[in-house]
Amino acid sequence: MKLSDKPLSAKEIAAGIKNKTFSATEIVRNSLSRIDKLDGDIHAFLAVTGDQALLRAKEIDEMVSKGEDPGILAGVPIGIKDNICTRKVATTCGSKILNEWKPPYDATVIEKLRSQGAIVVGKTNMDEFAMGSSTEHSAFGPTRNPHNINCVPGGSSGGSAASVASGMVPLALGSDTGGSIRQPAAFCGVVGLKPTYGLVSRYGLVAFASSLDQIGPFSRNVEDSVLLSNAIMGHDPLDSTSLDIETPPIKIDIDKGVKGLRIGIISEFLEGISPEISKAIELACKYLEEGGGQIESCSVPSVRQSLSAYYLIAPAEASSNLARFDGVRFGMRVDGKNAEEMMVNTRTAGFGNEVKRRIMLGTYALSAGYYDAYYGSAQKLRTLVIRDFKSAYQKFDVLLSPTTPTTAFEIGAKVDDPLTMYLSDVCTIPTNLAGHPAISVPFGHDSKGLPIGLQVLAPALKDNLTLRVAKYLESAVEKANV
Amino acid sequence: MSEEKYEPVIGLEVHCELKTATKLWCACPNEFGGEPNTHICPICLGLPGTLPVLNRNAVEYAMWIGAALNCEIKPSKFHRKNYFYPDMPKDFQISQYDEPINVQGYLDLPTGIRIRIERAHIEEDTGKSSHLGKSGRIHASYGALVDYNRAGVPLVEIVSAPDIRSSEQAKDYVSELRAVLVATGATDGRMEEGSLRVDANVSVRKGPNAPFGTRCEIKNVNSLRSLVRAIEYEIKRQIEILEDGGRIVQQTRHFNEDTLSTVALRSKEEAQDYRYFPEPDLPPVSPLDTWINKVKQELPPLPSQRRAKVKETFGTAEDSQIITLVEQDLDGLFLDVVSRGADCEIALRRLLNEAASQIEAAKKLDAQDFAELIGMEKSGKLSATQCKAVLANMLEGGGSPMQIAASLGFEGMNSNELEEVITQIINDNPDAFERFKAGDEKVSQFFVGQVMKATKGKANGKAVIEFLEAKKS
Repeated sequence: MKLSDKPLSAKEIAAGIKNKTFSATEIVRNSLSRIDKLDGDIHAFLAVTGDQALLRAKEIDEMVSKGEDPGILAGVPIGIKDNICTRKVATTCGSKILNEWKPPYDATVIEKLRSQGAIVVGKTNMDEFAMGSSTEHSAFGPTRNPHNINCVPGGSSGGSAASVASGMVPLALGSDTGGSIRQPAAFCGVVGLKPTYGLVSRYGLVAFASSLDQIGPFSRNVEDSVLLSNAIMGHDPLDSTSLDIETPPIKIDIDKGVKGLRIGIISEFLEGISPEISKAIELACKYLEEGGGQIESCSVPSVRQSLSAYYLIAPAEASSNLARFDGVRFGMRVDGKNAEEMMVNTRTAGFGNEVKRRIMLGTYALSAGYYDAYYGSAQKLRTLVIRDFKSAYQKFDVLLSPTTPTTAFEIGAKVDDPLTMYLSDVCTIPTNLAGHPAISVPFGHDSKGLPIGLQVLAPALKDNLTLRVAKYLESAVEKANV
Repeated sequence: MSEEKYEPVIGLEVHCELKTATKLWCACPNEFGGEPNTHICPICLGLPGTLPVLNRNAVEYAMWIGAALNCEIKPSKFHRKNYFYPDMPKDFQISQYDEPINVQGYLDLPTGIRIRIERAHIEEDTGKSSHLGKSGRIHASYGALVDYNRAGVPLVEIVSAPDIRSSEQAKDYVSELRAVLVATGATDGRMEEGSLRVDANVSVRKGPNAPFGTRCEIKNVNSLRSLVRAIEYEIKRQIEILEDGGRIVQQTRHFNEDTLSTVALRSKEEAQDYRYFPEPDLPPVSPLDTWINKVKQELPPLPSQRRAKVKETFGTAEDSQIITLVEQDLDGLFLDVVSRGADCEIALRRLLNEAASQIEAAKKLDAQDFAELIGMEKSGKLSATQCKAVLANMLEGGGSPMQIAASLGFEGMNSNELEEVITQIINDNPDAFERFKAGDEKVSQFFVGQVMKATKGKANGKAVIEFLEAKKS
């Protein structure tokens, strides 16, 4: 597949629409025709909302012609991960159990996007209930990696990553519970940010693991990531875990480079990674040093146990969050002799194997007599991870690591081996446990032409710092390629 | 078989609906009744993606309850109690588990007995299922309808220590608790509407020093009368099993209002594992000391304090009268009229006998008017019967007792007229008057009756007796 015709960035689109170089309608038509052309192979979208998008585009064009400002994302087409509620538009979470359920309300992020002029063109594919690292666990078939359609796009936000990577849309929203934005961003060669926990409202995000879930942006460059972050961040009274702080627009200093920044390379994440990714890290260090950054190796010991802790905490919360899919009020219902049997039949037929596996893991981890050993210990480890990061950030401003131990793997390679699949999130999970921000930024390709992603981590609320370092790395790669 | 050698041990769990304007997690109205599924929204239906936001007033009401029950009010957390049930929208209940907002309080009963309160925590209510089919019960029903109007209504669950020793004491505890809860303003305490619901944990043991026996939890107790009956049935059932050499099985039992017996719902082995864990969607609740102190200071007077006040004012009143007076919320009026010089005994009698049947109207009585009325009865201007008639009019529409008495013709019966009537009656009944003179007190009632008849009730009975006495000599 060729991606040679370089599609416009979100920033270029919003500017072009505002100064009437082109109309929102033209932009949306372009986006829809590109989806039409490419998505048969890639399958990034579960639903395309073309008619609604064109209606909205007309409204935006009318606003512009009347001299009104439609917002910072004026006329920008966007893909929405299908676990984010969209009013009257089916929200499936990649699962049969929702049975094309149409929410009666919009998620807070959707309202925010609308108020900034963005245009939702469709709902993107995902691993069922965001449980997976390859989008192969979607009940509606896998998404394919635009760089090589025999490879996975990563997951769980694989549809969002692929839709942006293939130029169908300049922006997409994903959700990240253990790496579900950053890992597919790395596999698809796009920018993916997991913001600080609490910066983006979760109201309307169908919960997987509430204490870890965070919505975040996909884009093809760092500037667009800033744009989308500014549109979706901010306090929401409907989400009690939403931070009640004034969120300054993130942009002020992202062009400041890395001079004087103390950058730690997380040594634990260099173990067992592919040699080509290892080389990418070395090259990144060289660039960063050239830019005036101070590079040093840094140990965050508890990240080694993070995966184990994550696979207790996330399934435990999921086992409770997914209880409501019982056939009583919405979605699929498979009848039974009584209410209990109906619930069992519905859940048996409606959930896929990976979801059932995690519900069972979580149920077990919370059971009387096992709670302390499993969920309790995992929470203690979570505290330890936070402490280790805290001490690391006393010495460093940001930390750097690969986003993934390998580049994208082939479809089918890991789907029957859950433990190997889980390992592809080893570098991203600790961030979620700590509630910190982290970004994956494209950094060249391996010998097979598959993108490599590097991860920049920072302390809570230093999202702008991750974007600033990402911006520097992005420019460095561009310069090197010129 | 002797029941005497067994001592019942009872602990009560009381669920109390808070009368906040809105539900616990959303802005839906918190109102009893309404067409099914009209007070609902995506949040209280637990639709995917929705999140709870804690109602600040519910926390404040819970703190009022804690303060009124002498609890320690503490920083607290919410947990999820996981179980599948169609009337539970999220298939988990948000409740408080090991860190409830109120702990370690007590409630003193009017009898002087102190019942310890282990905790009083915040949780959400469920919807209501109605099972279709003849029995109306879950068994043998062919379907169910669920009304989610009640889902997400704020509750405080008050858990007593196992300090209660009889069904009567259990009743006293619930009555006093209800009075305290209503006094705080946190709830309307209507058992018949389910805004106060009681579960009883009952066991028996051989004497006050024996270790606790195995307990059974009794659900579906919908009135004080049912509570007493359910507990008595359960005590008897347990003693019979023990006397027959059997063992009590720990189980949850359902009280059947028709058969007045309890039947097993599920045993301990079938008990659910609720898989409690901290609610990740809600931060801990840590009320500041300033807030706690404000609640304590603003707490309205509680029934025990109010009873003490009445007792102080009217020392010879019976305890049961005082309890009723406070229960009917008429103690304020009583103290007010007494402070205006009204006679304690008459005021209490009129409030308990006449006003109590129309409490709402009674609360609106003007204290000055009421004090005047009591004064008229006391001075003999009005007979007891007349006083009641005037009071009935005052309760209907208020007004000055003088005017009402006049309009009823109770005044204007002057002494001369009365004397004339009495003389006539004495003359018509010489034998009876002779017996009266001889000291037959009962005959006085005959004369009072005759006078009343002749004057169509206008006369004052006391005045009639006085005239009769005067005529003796």
